[in-house]
Amino acid sequence: MTDLTELGVAAIRDGVANGTFTAVEVAEAFNANVAAAQQALNAFIVATPEAAIEAAKATDAKRAAGEALGKMGGVPIGMKDLFATKGVQTTAASHMLEGFKPEYESTVSQKLWDAGAGMLGKLNLDQFAMGSSNETSYFGNVISPWRRNDGGNAALAPGGSSGGSSAALAARLCPAATGTDTGGSIRQPAAFTGTTGIKPTYGRCSRWGIVAFASSLDQAGPMARSVQDCAIMLEAMAGFDPKDSTSLDMAVPAWEAGLSADMKGKKVGIPREYRVDGLDADVAKSWDDGIAWLKDAGAEIVEISLPHTKYALPTYYIIAPAEASSNLARYDGVRYGLRDLPDGANLQDMYAATRAAGFGAEVKRRIMIGTYVLSAGFYDAYYTQAQKVRTLISHDFKNAFTECDVILAPTAPSAAFGLGENVDDPLKMYLNDVFAVPASLAGLPAMSVPAGLNAEGLPLGLQVIGKPFDEQGVLNAGLAIEQRAGFTAKPEKWW
Amino acid sequence: MTESTYRIQGATGDWEVVIGLEVHAQVTSQSKLFSGSATAFGAEPNSQVSLVDAAMPGMLPVPNRECIRQAVRTGMAINAQINKWSRFDRKNYFYADLPQGYQISQLYHPLVGEGSIEIVLDEKNPENSTKTIGIERIHVEQDAGKLMHDQHPTMSYVDLNRSGVALMEIVSRPDMRSPAEAGAYLTKLRTILRYVGSCDGNMDQGSMRADVNVSVRKPGEPFGTRTETKNVNSVRFVMQAIEHEANRQVDVLEGGGKIVQETRLFDPNTGSTRSMRSKEDAHDYRYFPDPDLLPLELDDAFLEDCLASLPELPDAKRHRYESDLDLSAYNAGVLTADVETARWFELLLAETAKAAGKQPAEVAKQASNWLISELFGALNKLGTSLDESPVTPEKGAELLSLIAKGTISGSAAKQVLEIMLETGDDAGVIVEREGLKQESDTGAIEAEVDKVLAANADKVEQYKAGKEALFGFFVGQTMKAMKGKGNPQVVNEILKAKLAS
Repeated sequence: MTDLTELGVAAIRDGVANGTFTAVEVAEAFNANVAAAQQALNAFIVATPEAAIEAAKATDAKRAAGEALGKMGGVPIGMKDLFATKGVQTTAASHMLEGFKPEYESTVSQKLWDAGAGMLGKLNLDQFAMGSSNETSYFGNVISPWRRNDGGNAALAPGGSSGGSSAALAARLCPAATGTDTGGSIRQPAAFTGTTGIKPTYGRCSRWGIVAFASSLDQAGPMARSVQDCAIMLEAMAGFDPKDSTSLDMAVPAWEAGLSADMKGKKVGIPREYRVDGLDADVAKSWDDGIAWLKDAGAEIVEISLPHTKYALPTYYIIAPAEASSNLARYDGVRYGLRDLPDGANLQDMYAATRAAGFGAEVKRRIMIGTYVLSAGFYDAYYTQAQKVRTLISHDFKNAFTECDVILAPTAPSAAFGLGENVDDPLKMYLNDVFAVPASLAGLPAMSVPAGLNAEGLPLGLQVIGKPFDEQGVLNAGLAIEQRAGFTAKPEKWW
Repeated sequence: MTESTYRIQGATGDWEVVIGLEVHAQVTSQSKLFSGSATAFGAEPNSQVSLVDAAMPGMLPVPNRECIRQAVRTGMAINAQINKWSRFDRKNYFYADLPQGYQISQLYHPLVGEGSIEIVLDEKNPENSTKTIGIERIHVEQDAGKLMHDQHPTMSYVDLNRSGVALMEIVSRPDMRSPAEAGAYLTKLRTILRYVGSCDGNMDQGSMRADVNVSVRKPGEPFGTRTETKNVNSVRFVMQAIEHEANRQVDVLEGGGKIVQETRLFDPNTGSTRSMRSKEDAHDYRYFPDPDLLPLELDDAFLEDCLASLPELPDAKRHRYESDLDLSAYNAGVLTADVETARWFELLLAETAKAAGKQPAEVAKQASNWLISELFGALNKLGTSLDESPVTPEKGAELLSLIAKGTISGSAAKQVLEIMLETGDDAGVIVEREGLKQESDTGAIEAEVDKVLAANADKVEQYKAGKEALFGFFVGQTMKAMKGKGNPQVVNEILKAKLAS
């Protein structure tokens, strides 16, 4: 019998639908993998095997009754612990929310359950989604299942902030997982782990019930092991939500049915500004491979310019912390979550003690940066200026898309780095997002697909950026790359 | 435009007071500004709190169109610029009654821009005592919750029922120059809000409260440094706060001191203000556009609908009462000062006109005089008000028609009204039951008059000889004979005619 945990979303959905195996069998197989890997990889904060079985039973019962199974019928998934799940601890990987069980279900997770998916557990992440290596979680680092081919056992970062999602996918702990992307948090972890993930156009997926980091940038998206699986899951996640004012009031296209790897008549833009000095040689090579593959798929390659690219990272690190400093003010110890009330403390003391104890160092750093850039006297110089630059970056893309249909670039400047390598140098850590952040600032759909392995045997990802609302174009270019990259590598099981 | 002569007499001469008001008016709506929770006053603590109001993780605000509509209508009622593009900003600060850690407000791009309100300083002489007070802006924002310090010996409790309720902040220009002007402004603003229906104006329930900005200067000099006295919740308190604060500032300045720009609190028990925090301790609110919300864009259809839904406003109504109904300026002012009074009066007028088969203008004086001097007086004596009056406009109209037809006398009408207020019975029923109907039948009256004149032939002689003061005597004798039920007008006419013959 096939190892069910090697299967992706489409294969499970179809196998369950045509009776090759039951949804319960699938859930049991993934539950077993989750349990076996927890100690070594720490991908989950909470495992919910019963929830996975319960959903699977419901799917099997529906099938027995001849009912439709839904887009994700019988597919168990991992849920990033940034999505509120009713009755199940939801922490954002912070001590602040340890033990917090919401009375509500996020719109996106509810849509997935409605589509027939089941929950294997809540996936670890960087605390409040702030980080690029999953080292800021209060619940411990996630260890990537990948190792370098140098024979060493150095623990590598699975990327961040959706590091639990990416590690679990690569280690076959789930066939698909939710991610959220504020400045690359879906794409960079996907690239680090040889998996696939798409951040849709800002507004495609409702933010209702997702713990907010930076509201104008946060966007949920699927992570899986193939482009088709991402298309299926995104269809289940997306859709207008009247509870989110920034939600797009547009019909959800049939992305899976629209998949086509034929790039004839399409123009692929190669942004010259992304070819930075000292670009990692393996990364540069994979980019060239991507160009060749898309040409092979029939696309015309054009050089484009995104002149404000170099300002994207500093702009992001003003806007995102500014919004975060305000979004995280609600964690004050008054109504829910952690409360630290020292003897004789007044209200101010309680705030200080609670927030000192509840937030990790990176979260505090960003709250302080955000508070600073919004303060009287600095607001115009930082926040207003950053918003202007953000507009310029959007215009860059708008102009570029008059000359091309999609843009191809590396996802990250390097392959996965070792845990601890960047923790003392926040700037170096932030640089990981240099290629991912511009599309976030412009609210554009962007995905990462595996391109191959570097000299150390570690996965590299290629990024496809599309026009607003053109997830289909992004998925199709991703599919063209996927088919030609023939990426089948997987981490050797050591856990 | 009238110039205020109000001055604080200091040791160094006269000081002029400069006043601006920021009024927070709770928007009348079924649900809160960004959530579906109810807004009823006086509900059990924390019984009207949604996940959004409690700022649970991942919750998002969604603007309530009705609150926006009410604010736009209010703006239109003060002839203000309506901004078709506005935006919500976050005002960040920590307090236990503020679950989000920020208040969603509008700093940079308010919904409503420049407008104005006309106030009347002398109701008896409105034409020569009006003044225009500029309004800088109206913006929409969330209210905070409420801390309760009396529930536990060592802890404070939080009630979030008010958290997220929609407020309009109506910011005036520093155009007022006396406590009386500020009082008139606040009263007029309340009148307009109640006409529009965008705020119930109940200051005792906190639906309307004012931050009072006061400074003093020597007439003709530039504005002085101002202080802001927060959350004053009645017209009288606002006037008291201004008077106290202006005098305090004059004392400080004349004592060689300087006014510190600061936030102050009003103590209703002493009528005085005290310092709350100075500018140095002022919060840095770190305003920035709320990224959870798109800019608010209003289309023409929405604005047209808002405009079409506006009722006749107090100034227009007052002018119409004067010109079309020929009411005195004073009466018109009294009747239009509150929307409920005007509504009551118009019903009374319509019913009275219908009963008399006349045009409203023909009975307007009678109706307005009766309402203002009779009904208001009687209700006042009972310590009650028009909205609680057992006498409805229909019942009032019946009483007026009995007077107009001469069925009862003016003095009997007072008696009937008293009984109506006590029992709620109809005027006609009371007149019958109490036998208050007056005799207007000329034949019956003539018979009585003839008897009186015959019995007092000597006095008739004296009268005819020139002692005209005796006329009252004849009237009195006739009325006495008729047990007070003779129609005095008819009695007079008949007596005059008979004595002249």
